[in-house]
Amino acid sequence: MPDSFSTPVFVVGDNIDTDQIIPAEYLTLVPTIASEYEKLGTYAMIGLPEDKYPVRFMAPGATKTKYRLIIGGRNFGCGSSREHAPIALGACGVKAVIADSYARIFFRNCVATGELYPYETPEPLAGVVKTGDEATLDFEKDTLTVGGRTIQLRPLGEVRPVIDAGGLFNYARKSGMIPAAS
Amino acid sequence: MTLTEKILARASGKSHVQPGDNVWVQTDVLLTHDVCGPGTIGVFKREFGEHARVWDREKIVVIPDHYIFTADSLSNRNVDILRDFVREQGIPYFYDVIDDPNGSWKFDASKGQLKRQYGSRYAGVCHTALPEKGHTRPGEVLFGTDSHTCMAGAFALFATGIGNTDAGFIFGTGKLLIKVPATMRFYFEGALGRGVMAKDVILHVIGEIGFDGATYRAMQYEGPGASALNMDDRMTITNMAIEAGGKNGIFPADQTTFDYVDARIRANGTKSDYTPVDLDRDQKFIHDQVIDLSQLEPTVAMHPNPGNRAPAKTLGHIGLDRAYIGSCTGGKTSDFLAFAEIVRGRKLKLDTFGVPATPQVVDDLHKLQMGGESVWSILESAGVQLTENASCAACLGGPGDTFGRLNTPMKCISATNRNFPGRMGNKQSEVFLASPYTVAASALTGKITDPREFL
Ligand code: SF4
Repeated sequence: MPDSFSTPVFVVGDNIDTDQIIPAEYLTLVPTIASEYEKLGTYAMIGLPEDKYPVRFMAPGATKTKYRLIIGGRNFGCGSSREHAPIALGACGVKAVIADSYARIFFRNCVATGELYPYETPEPLAGVVKTGDEATLDFEKDTLTVGGRTIQLRPLGEVRPVIDAGGLFNYARKSGMIPAAS
Repeated sequence: MTLTEKILARASGKSHVQPGDNVWVQTDVLLTHDVCGPGTIGVFKREFGEHARVWDREKIVVIPDHYIFTADSLSNRNVDILRDFVREQGIPYFYDVIDDPNGSWKFDASKGQLKRQYGSRYAGVCHTALPEKGHTRPGEVLFGTDSHTCMAGAFALFATGIGNTDAGFIFGTGKLLIKVPATMRFYFEGALGRGVMAKDVILHVIGEIGFDGATYRAMQYEGPGASALNMDDRMTITNMAIEAGGKNGIFPADQTTFDYVDARIRANGTKSDYTPVDLDRDQKFIHDQVIDLSQLEPTVAMHPNPGNRAPAKTLGHIGLDRAYIGSCTGGKTSDFLAFAEIVRGRKLKLDTFGVPATPQVVDDLHKLQMGGESVWSILESAGVQLTENASCAACLGGPGDTFGRLNTPMKCISATNRNFPGRMGNKQSEVFLASPYTVAASALTGKITDPREFL
């Protein structure tokens, strides 16, 4: 993983639930089947109502998003336990989410799958940045730079090495909790 | 220690744990279904090998229930993936849609949505089926690949929802690393008044603390008002812990619990030994609140989230297009009985869909009578479109041909548990969550209605 990356951001409000991240009708796709994993990515954030989000997260027909960083508000990822949610985001190229707070299972699923870095910000960003703004996330310093300002994010702490390793299994093998793959 | 702490301490081989501790706990039951099961199996095989064996085949319960009665081919395939895995591993507790262990499932749309299209083992919505089939035992640890796994906390066990990767890890090891949650206590006094149901209690509680108010926390229910509740009511309350962001909900075990659990274990021949945990004197709570049940009123959670609470009587100006009764939360026998009590001998104004949670509920409704007429026929005569195909159905939208799904923008009052945008189908539709009583009364009038007007 590079130490930092720059991308236009996609900004959403509070309480973005898993039905907005990946609506239930697409849960027929099985994430461990490669073609269906990619397909999940094409539907990422498709549940956001058009009237509130006229700019769409995925361009029609695209498999990757141009917004590799999502800025959320409170309680991001609430709702169901579907791992399809962080997976859909990871599959379309999102590297991290920065939100005020997360729902428990979504946060855990980000870590277990190693798909995304779920950063928390001490200062709400939704009013400060808007969709399309260019931002730089520095993984080394845990900072976000946008519009000439640098914001210190909360360090990820004990879950950081799990995501760095690529998820629960890689981490468990690395640290000897389960035997190495044969 | 609180109930949750005591169970987690025992399951991790420790004499004491406290909130914030990360502990490896041993799993007693792992539940999965057709939406997350195939992915979990995929993770298990990818990580442990194509020929790996699960850690304990007796401890895995597989219940297809989400996208069953749909012609969507991927959905039908997902049930077959479960069957293949169960056969390969010799897992005894698989509540298949069909009876042929070597067959494949295909929904026949030409037979319509209403008449039963399942075999003799099918069990319906997993959280309602799990206790019915004797898989919930006080004091145990239950993980499930579904966020409403917390419903089983009604039986005094630690039950929480997890993702596929965590579940795949458990398939291989039986263990999971979890953080011990701090406990919030809700101490119930008094008894529910006329027209007020357990659903109103939990909508009230969520409204009190906000719908992220219990994030990373356990919600424990105690007090004389709690012990007076029957198991169905307790299940409705623990079911929605997740709608407050909670990790689990839990009631202490009492005679009501043991009677229910022991009868189901006997009827199904499931594992009968279990060791409950008792309430300690010295429990530490991060939040402690007394709720007088007698003060509660019929309550509605308005679009767009379950914490957006208002008394039903103040919402008479909201006109509706549809009513829905069903799901793990609101599709139990007692829920349909309450609904029937209100609509009996009357005609519904709204387009109303009814989906029993389990085949057992279907049988109950055919058998039970009110005034010499079966509950099933009372509901049908009032105008409910009632299906025998017990499943999650439109509770979470599902494929386009799902029974009761909101396919166009509309306002729906529902006995289910979630009302985020798009949850029941169309993104522009609005869902109002309420008790079966309130849903019934509103279905009669066409607008949100306090059910006490009809009782
Ligand atoms: S009935 Fe609804 S809430 Fe319950 S398990 Fe099914 S989809 Fe989830």
